[in-house]
Amino acid sequence: MKPFDYLAPADAAEAVRSVAANPDAVFLGGGTNLVDHLKLGVAEPGLVVGLAGLLPSGIEELDDGALRIGAGVSNSDLAADPRVRERFPVLSQALLSGASGQLRNMATVGGNPLQRTRCVYFQDVTTPCNKREPGSGCSAIGGWTRHHAVLGASEHCIAVHPSDMAVAMAALDARVRTLGPAGERAIPFVELHRLPGDAPERDTALEHGELITAIDLPAQPIARRSAYHKVRDRASYAFALVSVAAAIEVEGGVIRDARIAFGGVAHAPWRARRAEEALRGAPASDGSYRAAADAELTDARPAEGLDGGNAFKIPLLRRTLTATLRDLAGEDPR
Amino acid sequence: MQREITVRVDGTARPLTVDTRTTLLDALRERLGITSPKKGCDHGQCGACTVLSGGRRVLSCLTLAVTQDGAEVVTAEGLAPGAAGAGQQLEGGLHPVQRAFVDCDALQCGYCTPGQVVSAVGALDEFAAGWPSAVTEGPGAPGLDRAEVAERMSGNLCRCAAYVNIVTAVLRAATSLPAGPTAGKEVDG
Amino acid sequence: MTFPSEPEAVGRDLPRRDGAVKVLGTATYAYETPLANAAYLHAVQATIARGRVTALDTAAAEALDGVVAVLTPGNAERLASTEDRELAVLQGEEVAFRGQVVALVVADSSEVARHGAALVRVEYAQQPHDAELRADREDLYAPESVNPDLPTDTSEGDVDAALAAAEVSVEETYTTAMYHNNPLEPHATAALWDPAGEGFLTLWDSTQGVHPTRTALASVFGLDEAQLRVVCPYVGGGFGSKGQPHVNVVLAAMAARAVPGRPVRLALTRQQMFSLTGYRTPTIQRCRLGADRDGTITAIAVDVVELTSRIKEFAEQSGVPARMMYASPNRSTTHRLAALDVPVPSWMRAPGECPGMFGPEVAMDELAERLGLDPVELRIRNEPAVEPGSGKPFSSRNLVGCLREGAVRFGWAERDPRPGVRRRGDWLVGTGVAASTYPVSRMPKSTATIRREGERYAVEIGAADLGTGTWTTLAQIAADALGVTVALVDVRIGDTDYPMASVAGGSSGMTTWGSAVVEAAGAFRAKYGSEPPDGAEASGSVQPADDRHAMHAFGAQFAEAHVHLDTGEVRVPRLLGVFAAGRIINPRTARSQFIGGMTMGLSMALHEQSVLDPRTGHVVNHDLAGYHITANADVGAIEAYWLAEDDPHVNAMGSKGIGEIGIVGTAAAVSNAVWHACGVRVRDLPITLDKVLHALEERPRH
Ligand SMILES: Cc1cc2nc3c(=O)[nH]c(=O)nc-3n(C[C@H](O)[C@H](O)[C@H](O)COP(=O)(O)OP(=O)(O)OC[C@H]3O[C@@H](n4cnc5c(N)ncnc54)[C@H](O)[C@@H]3O)c2cc1C
Ligand code: SF4
Ligand code: FES
Ligand code: FES
Repeated sequence: MKPFDYLAPADAAEAVRSVAANPDAVFLGGGTNLVDHLKLGVAEPGLVVGLAGLLPSGIEELDDGALRIGAGVSNSDLAADPRVRERFPVLSQALLSGASGQLRNMATVGGNPLQRTRCVYFQDVTTPCNKREPGSGCSAIGGWTRHHAVLGASEHCIAVHPSDMAVAMAALDARVRTLGPAGERAIPFVELHRLPGDAPERDTALEHGELITAIDLPAQPIARRSAYHKVRDRASYAFALVSVAAAIEVEGGVIRDARIAFGGVAHAPWRARRAEEALRGAPASDGSYRAAADAELTDARPAEGLDGGNAFKIPLLRRTLTATLRDLAGEDPR
Repeated sequence: MQREITVRVDGTARPLTVDTRTTLLDALRERLGITSPKKGCDHGQCGACTVLSGGRRVLSCLTLAVTQDGAEVVTAEGLAPGAAGAGQQLEGGLHPVQRAFVDCDALQCGYCTPGQVVSAVGALDEFAAGWPSAVTEGPGAPGLDRAEVAERMSGNLCRCAAYVNIVTAVLRAATSLPAGPTAGKEVDG
Repeated sequence: MTFPSEPEAVGRDLPRRDGAVKVLGTATYAYETPLANAAYLHAVQATIARGRVTALDTAAAEALDGVVAVLTPGNAERLASTEDRELAVLQGEEVAFRGQVVALVVADSSEVARHGAALVRVEYAQQPHDAELRADREDLYAPESVNPDLPTDTSEGDVDAALAAAEVSVEETYTTAMYHNNPLEPHATAALWDPAGEGFLTLWDSTQGVHPTRTALASVFGLDEAQLRVVCPYVGGGFGSKGQPHVNVVLAAMAARAVPGRPVRLALTRQQMFSLTGYRTPTIQRCRLGADRDGTITAIAVDVVELTSRIKEFAEQSGVPARMMYASPNRSTTHRLAALDVPVPSWMRAPGECPGMFGPEVAMDELAERLGLDPVELRIRNEPAVEPGSGKPFSSRNLVGCLREGAVRFGWAERDPRPGVRRRGDWLVGTGVAASTYPVSRMPKSTATIRREGERYAVEIGAADLGTGTWTTLAQIAADALGVTVALVDVRIGDTDYPMASVAGGSSGMTTWGSAVVEAAGAFRAKYGSEPPDGAEASGSVQPADDRHAMHAFGAQFAEAHVHLDTGEVRVPRLLGVFAAGRIINPRTARSQFIGGMTMGLSMALHEQSVLDPRTGHVVNHDLAGYHITANADVGAIEAYWLAEDDPHVNAMGSKGIGEIGIVGTAAAVSNAVWHACGVRVRDLPITLDKVLHALEERPRH
């Protein structure tokens, strides 16, 4: 681990100024991803700026019924919040399916969506990786791709975003509030993460020194009938192979509306708008769910590799979406 | 880069100088000689380093020591009431969770054990606060059964695989009810 | 030697003596040994799989504040023996596998040591490497023998003719993955070299055997054994990987000798363990079974292909259990190895039996299916009267008893044999069975000393407790052998200052050390009678084992598997094992051994797999987030039972060793249950959802 300086600023504005002024500086949230990367040599900052105590750490109810979640709220507090459990079960479930009790106590709402990929080659500084070292090549292509993307990948990077919370946020039309060197702004959550394209080193649309201060969840009745379904190689404490965040509104056996996002399949939480479109007005049946999945998956491409690659993710995702929607449609939300 | 910090560990204020890179785990083990938290992976992947900080279970291997200035840290060694800190606990009492671990043989090599014990204490507090888990059904308060305990304890790997007994021990500590058998059975064959 | 036939302490359900210090965390493991002013070590590893180091630039590392020394092939001491090439570290420029240690940084703190290691610049002349195991390789060879020293191939009768004539046969290839032992305590060593006099080296090492480690290190460094002490009161798991010293011990000793008088500490990182501390070879097992219509087996053939490293051979004996499990007039077993540019494989819990009871026990299930015969019955029908091959009588063989008892407890009688027809909610449900076995072994050497100290008795032997319960069970054995209450017995283990003990391996610990303790107690009683004075002392050593009998433990494992109809996720909510393993010394710690082994077997069935990327020769999932071991939530009910077994031949206590049998057969039982649940034969471990998904795709949901 390279030596670094540590700063505990007085407030968020100072934190932003300190990081913005220093290309070598990073924010430290719960540290569960950053400290890991410091040890691996994946992150080699000269200055670490601690955020503890600087960020809002409560969940506020806004006038329009939205919830404003402070970026300093821990993943476990957010998951346990009664309003979240009642109005946005998909979000609580997504959080609880992630990591472990200890990690959720440490991880922050601001840090979680900014955790970086778990691609094994990215995490190993002795192997080439375009995300870690632009231009060095992508070791995952032709390597172990079990956990890699089937949607939206590029020839430069096939990594997936590992967060569960982010998948729920993407489905729920959340907005990210930030404080940057240029002031405050709000970004639709679905625009936070990028696809790799030819610049996989950039995970998100944030500027250097831009701090996430809160995430707003707009009020939406549809979210009361929502669920997160995570499929993984271990029953707990494992990242998703694929996951589905879904909310639907069903009336008289017909789907009125739907919100769907996929995890574990792309460089960003994957908002499945084509699937949503296909579902609107369709009968609540397995046939409709499968058709919706197929609509979204027409462009899916498996990544060949060791041990059979990841082609299984395509049928798995279709089946997981179908199962999730079937359960939701059959369930009385109240 | 060195920093002066003071951490309260198991009830005792411990001033120390740490490198900014030093994790809480290494500060405890290598600076203070408090080796109850174990290092199994150093990357948040096993739970052996679990301690309570500010009353919550956290992983000391992913916590930078500099962020713990003024923090209240409890390790397995300091869990029992009246525990006075490093090295003074041998004859003293055990926390009910620790007692249950011994009674249920919820350990073998013992290396994951202090982390399991602290994690169980934290998990039971979380349960008492009504926190749900991934296996909690519906929006209400969770009930404490084997599946709930197993899920909540899944951040603590045990390579000796004492899991079955760990779940029994945690339930026993939580409910003080007589739990499942801990000795195997000899049968006529 | 004398041991009561109705023991008092042996067989009692006593809590672990080391329980309190372990739940408090005050039990001291190697790295934690209090040593003032210790220096910290961090290893630099090769990033190529084959070639030579052409340049090593340590200037930046040496310039770091706090770096004490950087050891390289250029300046490290020349070892007295480099015969064991795994241990011959920093002796030359050749790189034989990726992850090999090429330099070692010694520093004042662990942070600085690690940073220094990252600053060492290494240049290589890389050569093409070969790290891919395939059964069709042209260069497979037959090793001279397989672990520990068993014949490579065996052949009886005419397998091909019998298979051609068989009314029913199975001919399939099964594979097990590469596995890493991954004890939770990383391999760690603290060391101190006192240069006074002839010099004296103390090693606090996490090891399954202090004496074997001392012997190996004395030879590597050319020291007299009297110049070396190895201490290890607690071991944070080993599962075979701490049965022989690995490079961490040599590095720590070297560094200690480089900074005389100053203690050093080295703990390998979890990632480093994947290339430096041994692992289980992947296996490719071609299994052929032939039988008559009534289920009498007429041919058994198992041909195993495995890997080893180019620098040191380890030939896992995976074909060996097929030599004695079932009766058959025609039988052949072979082992072939590919020597690759990979890290050195070694022992892992139940070497041979663990992988070697996967293919054959799934094949037995397939045979039962083809015969339309119950798999429990098929096994019972093929019980041998004597040990196949050797023709020796079994000292005791209760496989049938285990199968029958297990079947009753598990509720096997109601089982509908058809696959894929039971559904509970969204899950398909199935059950499966497989047999377990493990040889009874006793090491040739071990000595114990018993001394009267006041009112108490001290038992000293350099044995190890890996979580196996040695601290407790040796006291029980000594109490009965002495005829005193167990509370009066103190056990002292884990130090070469105590009499020589063999390695804790091959489930031989209790049989060997226990035998030595019984001998010592016999000598003690013969010498001092029932009123020994304070200070009375006697020693005894293990005697040669009975070689007229074939000695094995047996077991039967039953599994219930659920396969999710939509996602193919596999869960195992119930495992039940019944074992016949001689006399059980302590039911509480024994049960932990059995369920621990079974859970590790579950882990092997569903989760574990080291992914070696042949392009680099590197295990890419080299941490505990990538290499999944079973977590708490994966485990449902696990029940372990044992039969009362009175075997006078194995040893004085009548015990057989229980540390390994629990992992044997579990994966086969799970695979058989998965087939019963969803109709897919998963012949390649681990059983992950992608391997069953295709069948679910073809299956109408309702
Ligand atoms: C073993 C293991 C298993 C895990 N399993 C899962 C899983 O199953 N599902 C899952 O979703 N996650 C999982 N995680 C990841 C975990 O959820 C994330 O590491 C965590 O959410 C990150 O939050 P943090 O506050 O700790 O972030 P940090 O580590 O502090 O920061 C992460 C990144 O975000 C930046 N950052 C932090 N806060 C802010 C802010 N407010 N504004 C701007 N930038 C910021 C940091 O500079 C850093 O680059 C796992 C982690 C581990 C170690
Ligand atoms: S997939 Fe992306 S993160 Fe992984 S090695 Fe390729 S470039 Fe790097
Ligand atoms: S050592 Fe901290 S989680 Fe493993
Ligand atoms: S008791 Fe050994 S790892 Fe848990």
